[in-house]
Amino acid sequence: MARINSPAELEKFRKGILSKRDPHKPCIAVCTGTGCLALGAAKVVTAFKEEIKKKKLGTKVDVVDVRETGCPGFCERGPIVVIYPEETCYLQVQPGDAEEIVSQTVLAKKVIDRLLYVDPTTGEKIVRESEIPFYKNQMRHLIGNNIKIDPKSIEDYLAVGGYSALVKALGQMTPEQVVELVKDSNLRGRGGAGFPTGKKWEFTRNSPDQTRYVIVNADEGDPGAFMDRALLEGNPFSVLEGLTIGAYAIGSHEGYFYVRQEYPLAVENVTLAIKQAEECGFLGKNILGSGFDFTIRVHRGAGAFVCGEETSLLMSLEGKAGEPRARPPYPAVKGLWGKPTNINNVETWANIPLLINNGAGFLTSIGTEGSKGTKIFSLVGKVNNTGLVEVPMGITLGDIVYKVGGGIPGGKKFKAVQTGGPSGGCIPEKHLDIKVDFDELKKVGAIMGSGGMIVMDEDTCMVDVAKYFLNFLTGESCGKCSPCREGIRQMLKILTNISKGKGREGDIELLEDLSEATRDASLCALGGSAPNPVLSTIHYFRDEYEAHIKEKRCPAYVCKELISYHIDPDKCQACMICLRKCPAEAIAGDKNQIHIIDQEKCTKCGTCFEVCPSRFAAVRRISGEPVPPPIPEEARMIIRESKGKKK
Amino acid sequence: MSEILLQIDGTEVKAAEGMTILKAAQSAGIYIPTLCHHEKLEPYGACRICVVEVDARGRKGLVAACLYPVESDLVVRTRSEKVDKTRKILLEQLLAHAPDAPALKDLAQQYGADKDRFAKESSFCILCGLCVRYCAEVKKKNAVGFVDRGASREINFVPEIASEECWNCKECFPLCPTSYLQAAYHLTEALAFPRAALKPASGK
Repeated sequence: MARINSPAELEKFRKGILSKRDPHKPCIAVCTGTGCLALGAAKVVTAFKEEIKKKKLGTKVDVVDVRETGCPGFCERGPIVVIYPEETCYLQVQPGDAEEIVSQTVLAKKVIDRLLYVDPTTGEKIVRESEIPFYKNQMRHLIGNNIKIDPKSIEDYLAVGGYSALVKALGQMTPEQVVELVKDSNLRGRGGAGFPTGKKWEFTRNSPDQTRYVIVNADEGDPGAFMDRALLEGNPFSVLEGLTIGAYAIGSHEGYFYVRQEYPLAVENVTLAIKQAEECGFLGKNILGSGFDFTIRVHRGAGAFVCGEETSLLMSLEGKAGEPRARPPYPAVKGLWGKPTNINNVETWANIPLLINNGAGFLTSIGTEGSKGTKIFSLVGKVNNTGLVEVPMGITLGDIVYKVGGGIPGGKKFKAVQTGGPSGGCIPEKHLDIKVDFDELKKVGAIMGSGGMIVMDEDTCMVDVAKYFLNFLTGESCGKCSPCREGIRQMLKILTNISKGKGREGDIELLEDLSEATRDASLCALGGSAPNPVLSTIHYFRDEYEAHIKEKRCPAYVCKELISYHIDPDKCQACMICLRKCPAEAIAGDKNQIHIIDQEKCTKCGTCFEVCPSRFAAVRRISGEPVPPPIPEEARMIIRESKGKKK
Repeated sequence: MSEILLQIDGTEVKAAEGMTILKAAQSAGIYIPTLCHHEKLEPYGACRICVVEVDARGRKGLVAACLYPVESDLVVRTRSEKVDKTRKILLEQLLAHAPDAPALKDLAQQYGADKDRFAKESSFCILCGLCVRYCAEVKKKNAVGFVDRGASREINFVPEIASEECWNCKECFPLCPTSYLQAAYHLTEALAFPRAALKPASGK
């Protein structure tokens, strides 16, 4: 690829790309993000390519494109295929569907009903991607391009207007003006803390040292969160462009991508994007003839959650163990190798090109008083539409769960949303109407974090949830400072005891004391926020803690030591289903003999409860009360009446 | 260096720019307890026993005195209900590991810490890192280091280095507040030192 030396050359090049592209030409876009790949998207792509070859569509006249794209977010229904220009969206596409899609939809312009999204409430089938409720209620400024471009092709990025922001920043704005614009937009860091981005840039820019660094924090470690992964895999150029603009504004000539090793596709796509950007002259010396030099290196993190904390990230980048160092001095003053350093999260950087292109008002027109723009969440857990969602700040939590997420599956009752990853908090039903932004989430004891959002239904035990997150944190705390290391250790011990029925009076108060010390005395934000899962579950679900401690009862029937399964002899029809399915062979019985669970052998897996036909509903969960004794042997026989005769 | 005026426990204290609160307090004869701090070593901020309450730029909170740089008009309280409560619980957590360590016992008495508040988990090491940092910063040998993270973190001698360097040094031994270090050394010596490197017991 030829180097582009000026804005004029870029526009010429862009025109060249666009002139070769017919917007009416059919294009089959297949998501090849990590989620869809896991569901077999690679085979779907191969099937499409073979089909096109077979039909000789690609050889004589180039009539259809197959594009391997990034993640559009509806991971639950992958592999996702969108056919352009009609924007027909097919879900859960299998390689076997390729032939039909090519002949019916691409060539004959007919819609294949069975691959469409069906609205679960109305039963209506929806053809266009943007009209599916999951997408309709989003505002997809950052991830919207994911399904439209091949993340391995800089031409695709240029075709959707890529690098026009860099041209504008370098050609028409001074670095100070860029910083002012970012300040005016009120953009706040998307990594979790929500610090004003423009201010951060200004601090770094104003540091007297001329050697400055800019860093993309892509060490996304929250369990179940994949916002940054999707951006890096699906549209790495937008992050690169944002970083380059930031470097120009801050006066930095060297940047780093700190990406976790566990994201191989993100590493691959980012590395390739950097290479292409270098070849095109969007990186390197004298970028677009502006005189500005900037290079980027990729650093793969070794998978420590704490390295998402900026000072630990810096330590790791310097080749040391990923442990935090004290602030102050802040990285803006003394960062990487002691030089002023500006670290922003992937999503923050991805916002920058949008800001430059559209002005500060673009962001300030969206959101709440204190939080502007959109935010990407990974919506997971007990919700119908799991996946990646980008919504305007200020949308209510209820709208995310019900309008975008499609509500709770299986007719279950909503219980809580956990936001902000392991250091976040659980928000109960009574706060479903809060506006989701940095400040409101904090008010209810949770945090925005980087955008994890786990929906929980009535079958979730809140003690178990707190235990899960503390268990995660006990292994992910770096262990340097004692309030974090020891506080989490002790809290986990207490929670484990409570879940095993060994909770004692005073445990809740002890948890609160430990939380306070860990929160207030820890060295970094990991410890500072680690007690959130404990504090928020105690705050909103204290009765559940008390049930575990005082009555040895788990109200959600989750904590195995506190529950039993029992077959109601009056309801059991001796159908043998549970007996056969029990993996522990703990159920005794026969065709005409009422089944009994051997409580000694039972592993409380719940299989019997799930498989017992609902018309019998004979298997019962018991917690906090003794299991009734097995009925006497002689009472176990069932005398059946069949065909009017008595057996 | 410009002089900075701050207030510690109601007393005006003069300090030089770049000094930590701990240094400033010490120079004014005000005592702040520490466990992981050592004159010859870089401030580390791990034990957090030196936490003090500060009012800085309108914000009130706990900071580690051994790390926090002095600022003009900073108001520091080395003892308060909050500080004492925090030190007490931190001590209790460490006492679960090393209930008989003299340094911990002394402080426990001062702060009313109950060594039995948490179930014993006698690792005997409180991970203050004095040995690790002394070996790295002063001796520049790195014969002892941290292994693993979070609740699994521990100190370990590196047999290959320790077998060469430690036998006639052992300067870290007296630094250890719990004497676990000596045990760890002898265990490594017995189990993991390369055979050829074993020195005679006399030391010659």
